[in-house]
Amino acid sequence: MSATDAALQAAPVQKARGYWATVGRRFSRDKVSMVCAAVLLAIVLAAIFAPWLGLADPYQGSMIRRLRHIGTPGYLLGTDELGRDMLSRLIYGGRLSLLIGILPVVLAFGIGTSLGLLAGYLGGAVNTIIMRTIDVFYAFPSVLLAIAISGVLGAGIVNSIVSLTVVFVPQITRVAESVTTSVRNLDFVDAARASGAGAITIMRVHMLGNVLGPIFVYATGLISVSMILASGLSFLGLGTKPPEPEWGLMLNTLRTAIYVNPGVAALPGVMIFAVSICFNMLSDGLRSAMDIRN
Amino acid sequence: MLVYILRRIIYVIPIVIAVALVCFLLVHITPGDPLVAVLPADASAELAAQMRAAYGFDRPLPVQFGLWIWQALHGNLGTSIASGRPVLAEVTQAVGNTFILAVTASLIGFFFGVFFGLVAGYFRNTWVDKVATSIAVAGVSVPHYWLGMVLVIIFSVWLNWLPAVGNGPGGWAWDWVHMRHLILPAVTMSVIPMGIVTRTVRALTGDILSQDFVEALRSKGLKETQVFRHVVKNAAPTAVAVMGLQLGYLLGGSILIETVFSWPGTGFLLNSAIFQRDLPLLQGTILVLALFFVFLNLVVDIAQASIDPRIKRS
Repeated sequence: MSATDAALQAAPVQKARGYWATVGRRFSRDKVSMVCAAVLLAIVLAAIFAPWLGLADPYQGSMIRRLRHIGTPGYLLGTDELGRDMLSRLIYGGRLSLLIGILPVVLAFGIGTSLGLLAGYLGGAVNTIIMRTIDVFYAFPSVLLAIAISGVLGAGIVNSIVSLTVVFVPQITRVAESVTTSVRNLDFVDAARASGAGAITIMRVHMLGNVLGPIFVYATGLISVSMILASGLSFLGLGTKPPEPEWGLMLNTLRTAIYVNPGVAALPGVMIFAVSICFNMLSDGLRSAMDIRN
Repeated sequence: MLVYILRRIIYVIPIVIAVALVCFLLVHITPGDPLVAVLPADASAELAAQMRAAYGFDRPLPVQFGLWIWQALHGNLGTSIASGRPVLAEVTQAVGNTFILAVTASLIGFFFGVFFGLVAGYFRNTWVDKVATSIAVAGVSVPHYWLGMVLVIIFSVWLNWLPAVGNGPGGWAWDWVHMRHLILPAVTMSVIPMGIVTRTVRALTGDILSQDFVEALRSKGLKETQVFRHVVKNAAPTAVAVMGLQLGYLLGGSILIETVFSWPGTGFLLNSAIFQRDLPLLQGTILVLALFFVFLNLVVDIAQASIDPRIKRS
């Protein structure tokens, strides 16, 4: 036995890294994505732990300290049109804004993936019924559909979440259906069927893992749109109701103050922009991390 | 080609009917009496019944839908409850204003989008690409109603160069007085299509440059500028199609920007219809906008197929 053989035998067996581990490693090496993740994490954590941060009461107004400028001692980011502390309201505002922005995508992800999986796997009449119904919703521009539904249902947090979910379900269903259709024709699915697995088992065990990735990336890209639309609904007076702190609604009520205190009036939009662009960047980063070919 | 066009048109008919049904149901499934907006709170039961019969709200839903469609086909979308004017007249006037805004915004967005996209795709992974891609991401991520406010703060409040609201005195005309009003809303509206066109064209340019025929063109001895011309030619059909769809989204999604700039278009109309609970107006506006969108999709498909014969076969 030569020296090289011995060395070969002694070398530890390197286990091939799995797909998701590779994706995770590539993703975590992407600087832009990591910065965006950090910004989002900071905003989310601040929103969750807002009551313990020692902030001013976000509902407590005062007629004598209205529309203070940014940097006023005691009011780091100024005060709004009713004299409420802006820093506090921006941080508290994250609670509702993030909820009404993210929840519709989460709900639509669940519903859309199920519908798409059913349509794609079962094909035939089920596919026709589901996909043709989806086509009808595709015939509406998304903003129009969201506003039409919330306009008809009336203002409110639940209604705005419902309307945005309805907007995103068709989009996710379409992606899920096309991914499922392409996976369904692969050999391992035939093998599972040949070995006697039922439709539900095949969908749950064999297909879900293979279709979730692309759908998930697509859904993360929708969060940015959803944030803008959700705050937009509140901006129109169709979402959150006053006095709740929410970025879109704050932008709406501060709109009349742009002549007096433009800096403060623009602040809530900065938050929406920051969150939306970070989600977009994260989604792009995730997509390129999953594209292992290059 | 004719067969393709006919097939596409036949395919659109059920969609149109379904869209009308959705518009109709949206308004009728909702809780609350549609007459709440017009009737005084102390109206007698007789008066309410009279009004209900006048607007046809007392018939069964399928009958109401049938009547509504029948009337709509004859160009009658009912009467606005709040203003008492025919819905069609209100919508037509508003569509004109929205059209001016959306088309201008599309042209601006398309021009910059194609420019940034070509540059970014051609100089991939250089600083030029990074700048162009960043602008594109910012364009699709910015809450445009906020951008509108910021532009108003800068150009109306601070610099006092451009008006903040409205579309000018009297009816629309292509003169400076009116076009000054168009600049801010159109620029605000153009950022989304700009971002989307940039991303599309960048990806397209990358794909085209990696194809064999580009190699062939280069080895044939073509100058880089001539190669570039081929890239533009190959990217054009898709870019135009994306822009066509974007125009549809802008027409239907103008409500936020029109609210910020008090632009008297369909979005503005929709806004007042919602808050005055003017159901015939709401229904009619949504229907017209959605049908416009369907029609635009059809036109884009047919235009694309006539440019690129490969699409017809699929």
